[in-house]
Amino acid sequence: MRCAVVQFPGSNCDMDAVKAINHAIGESADIVWHTVASLEAYDLIILPGGFAYGDYLRAGAIARFSAVMEAVAHEAERGKWVMGICNGFQVLTEGGLLPGALRRNESLQFRSEIATLEVVNAETAFTRHYRAGETIRIPIAHGEGNYYADEQTLLRMRERGQIVFRYAREHNPNGSVDDIAGVINERGNVLGMMPHPERAVHERLGSADGARLFTAIFESWREAYAKR
Amino acid sequence: MPSGEAQIGNAGQSEREASTEAAMEEPTAAQVKERGLYRSFGLTDDEYERIVSLLGRQPGYVETGIFSVMWSEHCSYKSSRKVLRRFPTAGPQVLQGPGENAGIVDIGDGLAVAFKIESHNHPTAIEPYQGAATGVGGIIRDVFTMGARPVALLNSLRFGALDQARNRYLFAQSVAGIGGYGNCIGIPTVGGEVVFDERYDHNPLVNAMCVGLIEHGQIATGTASGVGNPVLVVGAKTGRDGIHGATFASAEDPHAKERSAVQVGDPFMEKLLLEACLELIATGKVVGIQDMGAAGLTSSSAEMASRAGSGLTLDVSRVPCREAAMTPYEIMLSESQERMLVVMTKGEEHVAQEVFQKWGLEASVIGTVTDDGLLRIREGDRVAAEIPVTALVDEAPVLDRPATRPPYLDELLAEPKLTEPEDYGQDLLRLLARPTIASKEWVYRQYDSMVRTETFVRPGSDAAVIGVPGTRKALALTTDGNGRHVYLDPYAGGARAVAEAARNLVCSGARPLAVTDCLNYGNPEKPEVFYQFEQSAAGMSAACETLRTPVISGNVSFYNESHGVDIYPTPVVGMVGLIEDLALITTSEWKGAGHDVYVLGALSDSAGSRSRLGGSEYLAMRDPANALRYAPPPLDLDAEAALQRLCAEAIRRRLIVSAHDVSDGGMLTAFAECAAAGDLGADLNLAGDGQALMSLCFGEGTSQIVVEVEPANAAALEDLAAQLTVSAVRCGMTNSDGALRVSAAGRAIVNIDVAALRESWQGAIASWMQ
Amino acid sequence: MNLLAKIYVTLKGSVLDPQGAAVTHALHALSYDAVRDVRIGKYMEVSLIAASETEAHELVRGMCERLLTNPVIETYTYELAEVEQ
Repeated sequence: MRCAVVQFPGSNCDMDAVKAINHAIGESADIVWHTVASLEAYDLIILPGGFAYGDYLRAGAIARFSAVMEAVAHEAERGKWVMGICNGFQVLTEGGLLPGALRRNESLQFRSEIATLEVVNAETAFTRHYRAGETIRIPIAHGEGNYYADEQTLLRMRERGQIVFRYAREHNPNGSVDDIAGVINERGNVLGMMPHPERAVHERLGSADGARLFTAIFESWREAYAKR
Repeated sequence: MPSGEAQIGNAGQSEREASTEAAMEEPTAAQVKERGLYRSFGLTDDEYERIVSLLGRQPGYVETGIFSVMWSEHCSYKSSRKVLRRFPTAGPQVLQGPGENAGIVDIGDGLAVAFKIESHNHPTAIEPYQGAATGVGGIIRDVFTMGARPVALLNSLRFGALDQARNRYLFAQSVAGIGGYGNCIGIPTVGGEVVFDERYDHNPLVNAMCVGLIEHGQIATGTASGVGNPVLVVGAKTGRDGIHGATFASAEDPHAKERSAVQVGDPFMEKLLLEACLELIATGKVVGIQDMGAAGLTSSSAEMASRAGSGLTLDVSRVPCREAAMTPYEIMLSESQERMLVVMTKGEEHVAQEVFQKWGLEASVIGTVTDDGLLRIREGDRVAAEIPVTALVDEAPVLDRPATRPPYLDELLAEPKLTEPEDYGQDLLRLLARPTIASKEWVYRQYDSMVRTETFVRPGSDAAVIGVPGTRKALALTTDGNGRHVYLDPYAGGARAVAEAARNLVCSGARPLAVTDCLNYGNPEKPEVFYQFEQSAAGMSAACETLRTPVISGNVSFYNESHGVDIYPTPVVGMVGLIEDLALITTSEWKGAGHDVYVLGALSDSAGSRSRLGGSEYLAMRDPANALRYAPPPLDLDAEAALQRLCAEAIRRRLIVSAHDVSDGGMLTAFAECAAAGDLGADLNLAGDGQALMSLCFGEGTSQIVVEVEPANAAALEDLAAQLTVSAVRCGMTNSDGALRVSAAGRAIVNIDVAALRESWQGAIASWMQ
Repeated sequence: MNLLAKIYVTLKGSVLDPQGAAVTHALHALSYDAVRDVRIGKYMEVSLIAASETEAHELVRGMCERLLTNPVIETYTYELAEVEQ
């Protein structure tokens, strides 16, 4: 599987994503600079965490106009897998590849801890190695992770299984509507989540629950590849 | 030592006038003297005369400004230099000792660790968010300037009591500023300490430490050598931020200063600067590189030339400026953040420009290295200043400050007499809810401690542990200090700060390597404050010798006083240790029920049942009015070293499954922390009653470690302890029924659910901050 | 012509504003009981050159909708005025 991790000026979890892919599925990943115009060569594109362009104006607002984002949109259109983690999720919502928006945490504080999540939809290419309703522990670290979508959009998302992860009941760390921690597009190939699965790939990091996200996408790719 | 503290810029009224005047028309050398302008820069009449004799003429306006910052306490260490020279700084592990931007120690495999701690107290008192943030930014630059990749941040904080709104504001904003900078730049903040005491009411302390990893061959230094080599300024543009900050970091009341000149940090810019600098250093074309911290271009250029014994000619008209019509004076003294001074190999300027362009940053040639030993500042064709580098650096005044033993030290009483509590458990709960003792989760959950995915022990244990990529090794990191203990016994308090830091590392499975120190004191012109400084430094030196942890970097912050009251003398020790194998990583929380709990280290002093309550948080809680009237216990450095040997060896032989040092709050607090963090109870027995029991339960300053042992290994631990002649007393066993029960001489003194302990301990700070 | 656009970005009425709520609370604590609600937004000054006022309006609306606001949660108003160079 050919993996790209996009690096914007101010990205800071790019290497972590590379290490996680390496650790979880034994694949290498390329760091791709934000000026790159084509991502055709890749099967999986990760928009990593960090503070692209300092998160100035709004998190993700400036990054989404990078040259590479046109390539991301293009590949998403072609059905490639795209995964936005934390800041990457913010870039995807700003760019309109995913519904909703991420606001400042309700506490107005940055929040860093290992969060408990519920897997809501275990039938996506990304989450097939989890069980629906399973509780997993994945770190969060963000100041603007408070997910918002209007009622109508939420209704539609629920109907189509687009809510993939929720924070465990009573443990919503940021005020997200409906406790939403991660969402997927209608087609099921673009995932965005505030928690950091790449920070939970072996027990020394406090949890290994994130590894299955990478093994799942790897298996999805293998099946797709076999068909081709 | 280089000037570390990228200190605040806040010109007082007269200084602001002076710089406004400069913008219009620069005063002549004669006017500087006649109007006594040098005094408003903080130079004394004697110092001015000394400058005249060094130059053989009257200094011009820009020259006077340059001297004033270079000779300030902050840059010249004029009060502390003689004392600092006495620190042990050598050891086989030391690759770079004091004198550079950061110290470096070897960790084998061709790898090394660069680290340093630095204060940003005065800026934080004025603008806590930016003050704390730029403190973090400055210390990160000190580390990557050495060519090291910053991998962890720690901080040591002191605030006044949380019942005052102003203190809560300073605390909340400082924490937000530290997080705001570290989180954005993507370096995990993995540990530190926070202490609250009214002695820090108007004088918060913010000491930030950065740790970096480097390959031996990649070490860069701040040297400007090689005649004709180009000098570049890289990174952010220069504005009028913080002009004269370095001078005013050394002046008394921070509140008297102007707010508008506070520097604003830009962590995004620094992230780009970090990546660009490391990429540039890796090209091998860099001769020297130096952070532009306090006193900006002035001190960075003078220090780089001084280390090389060279001279520099700089043209300030080539420095990219953010604001219009900046004068040479302003450009030389600006403290704009996120800038570096770089000397490249001649003809390789384009390498710097290409690398910086990729990161969207500027790199401008502003001058060249010379061999005439002069710092020559030009503005186009006009020479604005011309000063021998030696006059700025080597000839800076070195003071012999008088030191007098403060009378209060001779009036201290030996033993506080408290009534024995009805219920030790209730006192324990109250103690756990004291902000100084309570869990600092409210603080560290605002810090990204996990980015880089190498953080194996997150904040909350005795020391943080981070992995060394590509090896089985790890680093243990801590900061420690206890101002009240130092106040009550400067020598022992200084030694204890070092001992405690080392003990924390040993408890984590590490061998302590070296120290970086941040020495925070009041006004050094007061002989009693200077005595505290001298004595505590001597105590630290003794402990560093005994524990073989040389001092490799650090900084001094004086004038931490307000309204005439000095802070506690607060030396803070940052320490780094090496864990040889990931399997040896040990944490403080109890791991399983049915394990034996031992206390390593003597339960009472050789003098018998001497009280250890002097200087304790328990005494401060029980009898605040008299908390400073009693002497803390003495420290036996040899016993401390033996205790640490025992703990280290026990971990190496895998005899213990958890270790936690007895520190603030005493032994019952240590038990409670092990229980709360591990969610396990215990049934424990102690000996004694009355004053002796209180001392045993709540006394501080002891050399003790609580360890948890699987029963099969208990005999082996006892044998090892006997062999190393260290006391190891079995106190009882962990349990699975969720209660911490302690009895003494057959009497139950504590019986509390672990959930209740945790609630007191975990919720205390959050409840103040709601 | 040289123009200055003063742009005010605010959260849509239906979107919770925790910062505004915190400030409301703080003002009440200072006994400003008259305060009913606070909403916090952003203020930007954009100096620009345009051939006509019509063109300037188009430019400002464009930049607000594409970059300066996130239409999912934010809305904006602006003032436009000619200025000396």
